This record gives sequence, structure tokens and C-alpha cells, in this order.
Amino acid sequence: MQLELRGITKRFGALTANDRISLKVEPGQIHSLLGENGAGKSTLMNVLFGLLHPDEGEILINGEVVKFHDSGEAVRRGIGMVHQHFMLVPVFTVAENVVLGFEPTKSLNRVNYKKATEDIRNLSRQFKLEVDPNAVIENLPVGLQQRVEILKALSHDAELLILDEPTAVLTPQEIDALMAIMRSLADAGKSILFITHKLKEVKAIADVITVIRLGQVVGSAEPSASETELASLMVGRQVQLVVEKSAFNPGEDVLEIRDLVVLDDRGLLAVDHVSLEVKAGEVLALAGVQGNGQTELVEALVGMRHVESGTIHLNGKDITNLTPRRALDAGIGHIPEDRQRDGLVLSMSVADNLVLNTPRAAPFAKRGTRNLGAVSTNAEQRVKEFDIRTTSIRSPAGSLSGGNQQKVIVARELSRDPEFLVASQPTRGLDVGSIEYVHNQIIEFRNRGKGSLIVSSELDEVYALGDRIAVMYEGRISGIVNPSISRESIGLLMAGTSMEAAGV
Amino acid sequence: MSNDVVITTDAIEPTEIKPSLWTRYSSANPLMVAALALVLGLVFGAIVIATTTPVVLDAWRGMFDHWNGIPHAVFVTWNNVSAAYRDIFTGSIVDPQTFWHSLTTGKGWTASLTPLSETLTYATPLIIVSIGVGISFQTGLFNIGANGQAVVGGIGGALVGSMIKMPTFIHLPLALVGGIVGGMVCGAVPGVLKAYTGAHEVIVTLMFNYVTYAFLLYMVLSTPFQQPGQSNDISRTIYPTAVLSPLFGSSSGLRVSFGILVAVAVVIFAWWLLDRSSLGFDFRVTGANPLAARASGINAKMVVIVVFLISGGLAGLAGYVQVASTTHYIDGGFLIGDAGIGFTAITIALLGRNRPMGTVWAAILFAALGVGGRNMQALTSIPLDLATVIQSAIVLFVATPVLVKEIFRLKKAPTSLLTLSTTGWGS
Repeated sequence: MQLELRGITKRFGALTANDRISLKVEPGQIHSLLGENGAGKSTLMNVLFGLLHPDEGEILINGEVVKFHDSGEAVRRGIGMVHQHFMLVPVFTVAENVVLGFEPTKSLNRVNYKKATEDIRNLSRQFKLEVDPNAVIENLPVGLQQRVEILKALSHDAELLILDEPTAVLTPQEIDALMAIMRSLADAGKSILFITHKLKEVKAIADVITVIRLGQVVGSAEPSASETELASLMVGRQVQLVVEKSAFNPGEDVLEIRDLVVLDDRGLLAVDHVSLEVKAGEVLALAGVQGNGQTELVEALVGMRHVESGTIHLNGKDITNLTPRRALDAGIGHIPEDRQRDGLVLSMSVADNLVLNTPRAAPFAKRGTRNLGAVSTNAEQRVKEFDIRTTSIRSPAGSLSGGNQQKVIVARELSRDPEFLVASQPTRGLDVGSIEYVHNQIIEFRNRGKGSLIVSSELDEVYALGDRIAVMYEGRISGIVNPSISRESIGLLMAGTSMEAAGV
Repeated sequence: MSNDVVITTDAIEPTEIKPSLWTRYSSANPLMVAALALVLGLVFGAIVIATTTPVVLDAWRGMFDHWNGIPHAVFVTWNNVSAAYRDIFTGSIVDPQTFWHSLTTGKGWTASLTPLSETLTYATPLIIVSIGVGISFQTGLFNIGANGQAVVGGIGGALVGSMIKMPTFIHLPLALVGGIVGGMVCGAVPGVLKAYTGAHEVIVTLMFNYVTYAFLLYMVLSTPFQQPGQSNDISRTIYPTAVLSPLFGSSSGLRVSFGILVAVAVVIFAWWLLDRSSLGFDFRVTGANPLAARASGINAKMVVIVVFLISGGLAGLAGYVQVASTTHYIDGGFLIGDAGIGFTAITIALLGRNRPMGTVWAAILFAALGVGGRNMQALTSIPLDLATVIQSAIVLFVATPVLVKEIFRLKKAPTSLLTLSTTGWGS
């Protein structure tokens, strides 16, 4: 299918999310749409998929102007969308999910499961998307769930597939598999619109790259362009992709974890006898696919989850099973995984959020009464020091962009001058400029001779920050390696292969 | 699929928009919504009057009997609606005629100030209990047991006030403390249960109301507290030393008492607690985002218990203020049914958006509608229930800002979206 967007403009009040965007996707082409968070990618895709209506401009399919009133029409015209967050029913089988809403029926309106299963088998064979039609979704790994989403789109005879940040949740191996699928789909004549902000993937797979920034097309590039060129185009200024680190100069052990056992919310073993140590002046990067116990490990460190057995020592002091308050006071700085859930109170002001976990410390309060003057002074300083872009320190934190929200947390945690920093996915969902900033702050902290544990499922981040890399799989540390190791080996460790088999 | 229509505004630098005066008044800011909800409530009340008053209905039924039947019906409708609202106003705030008479002759001040005095007398305990409820709502705790807490507080205060004899300067404060302690004890139970066992506070506080009624009946019917020589469900009368006496002296004929100063103190305390204290900061963080509160080291158990102590304590104080400024004794019907200030407090706190000053205005409005409604019932054939209808309609409109916005075609608020100020069951 040939798709053309001509001068698509979409406004939300005073904000122009898409400003006269034009692009063209040819049949059998993988067209990559590259842009930071908030550049207008999702808005454009929602316009294309009929979920939003453009204020100006037109959509052409095979040279014919079309108008979509809802997503159903877009589906009928052969557009399929694979959402970033899967739209699958976890307790249904693959077949049930794929036919959901379009079930083949027998007499008396009974669903014809046999035909559904058969159809899916054919479809999987045709596009080499191996998946068992009778498997239940919740038992499948994320990579396979994504295949089901793709199958679902293909089952509606999609000629153009929109993949919205499809790699965010995948392991490196799964990403490779997805790339292969995309290529074979393109070879079969399908057009693919691939939305991402990851430069490596774009270079690996795209035929054409369109970069958008602040709602406008700022240029197109060949896949041969360098990552730095692409990043600069995306951000609009020169960016440093590699964090400059001083030489690794480890000191004494700061954090010692011995035989730690932690359960998850369902009471199942999440952290299985983990032992780790982090030295002063060291960043230990904890890699792993999400859901392998990293979250629970971090929660145990900061006192938010009960430790069943084992010990945690910080500078020789036992900090096992402290309350969050005591853990903070013991000198742990914490950048939580989900900043909006655990890190900020979005309805409260930036100034209040900057003292969220130190409201009683001098000079912010005295004998139970808050010193709002000191809170404001502190906020003014932090905003300047950490370059937090906000209209006012009294604006609610929710009015800030994701990058600036994260800066508020980083500013709060680092200005407390902690002994040890625990950061979970510190740059998730941030744009390249903010990632650069947060990484530099973490490295600066390390250069001051402090230890930190950075949990990340992004390999780029793991490599950029880690002095050593620990890989976690199913609650255990499957290996601790140096950053000189290949991405493939780390990928294997993340998938549970042993150190020997991974060739380490 | 609605959650995919994410309108991302991340990359756009936020710019401060200075709203013009007109946008400020024509946009859906909370104050404007509350004011318009009041207007809508009154309009709704007018419709109820027009459709339920027999005289009005008769006039409309006969609209084709005469050549001027329709104008006559309109006239009758207008007459009845305006009379009802006029009676509510003159009965609760001021009657311009008697007031003018007092101004010109200097006489009859008691008569012309009585409506306002009555409104404030009713508003005083309402303000205190509603602020307590508002504090719990701001923390995300749905304390709907304020009525029971007020009952126990009233009993506690009346026990101190009627069983011990002391000079006023110790006795009155001690009796007020007795009220607070009674409410705290009653509030501590759901607080502790919630903190340590996770029992849902809505269930516990709601059910505890019934426990307190039984306790009340037991108290007013058993020997030490029952009025000596009585077999009715009535308590001893509190000593004059523990009474909140009329503000302008007993000879003034105005009931408004020193209790209003207690309410002022509570308002100042609540303002300090919520806006200035570290403890209140913990409360607000917990209310706005319990997960972030936990991650920031706030002790959730402590917050739950302390909030229930404060909320219950204020309810108890309100209960005793009610006793000490009006009846001076407790009977088996104390705070039951229409007199259940602890239940009215829930709607008042909602209307006042849980803020101390907002609550004050909402409580005065509700008290005025109640007091004025009685006047209306006495002078017209419209029942007091109309006041309740108007109160309910106002709260309904406040709770559905989207509806108000649509009716008046308000623009979106320039600063932040309206948020309902309670979290309810799920929290």
C-alpha cells in the first residue's frame, strides 16, 4: 500500500502537536519515524489510525484521499496498528485474541474455534510468525505477545502496519527476531511505519527515516547517517551520546548484599539469594528484562519491601528491613522506577516535590511548622542548578514535561548528598537531551567517590553508565561482567543462559 | 482504546498564561463552579416548588378557564417561588424591614439580629465537624463516622460538664477537652483497625455510628448520667460553669454563643495544620499519592491513626459545642436523623473542597438554608424538606463540575483541571 500524508496539522488549543507534516510510505518499505517523546509521533499515528481528526491536511491511500472517522474505518482500509501497550486479553488464548470482535461463527452464532485456529496457523506460516494458537496470552513472553498483536493486525488484511515503539519491552534477542519479522513482512509487500526514538534500531532496519521535532518534519535521513547526526537532528542541537567518565577508581565496598531473599506481591520468590557488592566510586549497572526481580530488589534496598532473609549493609551498617524513612536517613538516595507513581506528587508544587522526603529537615521546618520561605529558596536554587524548566516553582509537578519531572527527582535525591544512589530505569521515557543530562549527573555522583546501583533494561544505558554489569534473570544474578563484553553475550545472560554458555 | 489517545505536550515549553479578568470569571475555576452550583440549586428548588405546591398546580390546571389564565398561573408561580426564597432569606440572614426599623428607632435589635444569630448557632458545630471531615478527606481517608464521633464527644463533654463542679476557667476548657477525647476514642478504633489490619474505614466508621447510638441510649438511661428523678432518656444538665454562654450575654436574647470562638480557633488550627505544618504536609502527600508518600518515608500507619484522632477529636468537639451552646443536656435523640451534623458534614466538606475557609462558607450556607427553611415552612405551605432538596442539588452540581461547565458553557480552567476533592472507596 502506498500511503501519503499531506500537510497534516493537529492542534490542541494553543498547542500545535502536528504542524504541516507530510510523508510518504511506499509499498514494501520500512519507514521509520524518529522523534523525541512529545515530538508529535503518537498524535500523528492517532490521526492516521482514525482516533483523532486532523485540523488540516489529508491522508492519501494509493493516491486516493481518504477520511477516517474512527479506527474501524482505518482497519478496513488496511491499516493495522501494534500499540506500545498490548491490547490483549491476558486470560484468552492466542486464537481467541486474534479473532476477538471478528469471530468466525458456526450455526447458532457459536464461535468456530477450529476455523479460528486454522486461520492463525495459516497466517503464521505465511509470514513466519511462529506462535501456538492455543497458548494463553499471560503465559507467553512479551516478544510472543507482540507477535500476536502483529498477527491480529495481519488477520484484518493490514497492508500498512504501524508499530509504535515496539522494542521498548523486548530483550535484545527478541528485538532481533522482531527486526527479522519486519523485514520479511516488507519483503511480502507490506508497508511498515516504525515509530521509535532508538537510533540503533532505526539504522538497522529502516529504508527511509523521517525525523520530527516539535510537531514538524525537520528532515529525512538515510540509514547510513551516523547516530550522532540523527540525534542532533532529533534534538535540534549537538548531543554527546557517550558519557565522559573518568577512570574507574574503585574504593572500599559501600553496599553489600548477602543472600538476599525477597518475595513479590503474590508471595512468590522474586529475589533468590542474591549477593552483590558495590564499591565507592563505582556504578554497578543491573541489566535484565523487566520483571526478573530487579524491582523487588530495589524496593528491598530502600525499605519498601520486606526482606525474608539475607542482609544489606551500607558502609558496614546493617540496613536490612529498615523503614523507608530510616533507609533514606541512612543515606540511600532513590530514583524510583515509576516517577509519577512513586517519585512525585503531581498535584503538588515543584517546590514541595523538591522537599518531598525531607520536609522535616532543617531549614525546611522547625518544631513541626514548615518554613515555606526556606522551601522556596531551596526550590529556586535547585531549579537553577539542575536546569529544571518550569514556569514557576509553584506550578504543579504534573505540568512539567517527563524530562523535567525526572530532573526534579534527581535534584531532590542528589542534593540530599546521599551515601549511595539507587536508580531504577532513570531515563525511561526521556528524550535524548534529558538522558544525556541524567547520565552526566549520575557519573558526576560516581566521580565524587560515591557508589550507585543503576537498574536498567536499556542496554545502551547499561553500557554508558556501568563500571561493572550485573545481569539478573528470574531473581538470580546470572552473571557479573565487565562492560567490554559483547551485547550478544549480555543478551544471552538476560535470557537466562549461564555464564559459560554465553561465552563469558 | 481511549488510553491511546495520549495528547503529549512534553516538548512544548510551558509558558505562563496570564488569564484576563473575563477568562478568569468565565472559566471553570472551583469557586466559580461552586457559585454556579448554588444558582443551579436554587433554580432546581424553584422548579420543585412550582411542581409540588398545590396552589401553583391549581393555577396551571385552570390556565384555559379564563382569558388571562396563563398570566395568572405565571403570577402565582412567581409569587410562591419568590415568597419561599424571601422567607428563607429573611429567616436566616436578615429581614430588611425589621432591620431598618431597628436602625431608625434603635429598638428591636433582638428581633432583627435573631435570624443571623440562629444561622451562626447552627453553623458553629457544623463548621467544626466539617473541617475535621475535610482533613480526613484530604488525606484520602473517608471518615463517615463523624456523627458517631460527635455523639461520643457530646457524651464525653457532658460527663465532665455535669458530673464535676469546678470554676468556669477550668471547667469549660476541661469539658471541651472531654468532648475532644470522646471523639478521639471513637475515631481511634477505625484508625487503628485500618492501620494494623487494613479494615476499610468506610465500613468501620459507618457501622460504628450505630454502636454509638446504642452507647448513647445506654448512657442516658443508666444511673450516674441520667437526669436524677427521671425515667426518660435524658442526661443530667451540665453546670453553668461548663456552658458556652451567649456571646452578647443571656439578656440579649440572641443564642449565638462563645462556641463561635471555638470554631474560629479550629479554623486557624486547620489552616496551620494543612498549610503550614510538617504533619499536614504528610497528610496531603498521603492523600494525593499514597505510593509516593510511602517512598518518601512517610509512615502510613501513623498518618492514618493521627488523621482519625484529629478528625474524630474535632467531631467530638463539635458534639460538645452543640450541647454546651444549645440544650445543655443530651437526650436519646441527640444528633439523630435530621440533626445528624456528622452526615451533613460530609456534603459540606465536599462543597468546601475540604479547605478550612471553603468549609466555613459551605457550613454557613447549609445552616442558613436550614434555619431559613424553618421560617419558610412556618410562613408558607412549602415544607422544610425543600431546604434539603436545595442543599442536595447544590452538592450534586458541585460534584459534577463537567455538568456545570456544560450548562454555563465555561471554558477550560486556565491553570489546572478540576478535581473532585475526595477519593472515596478505592483509596
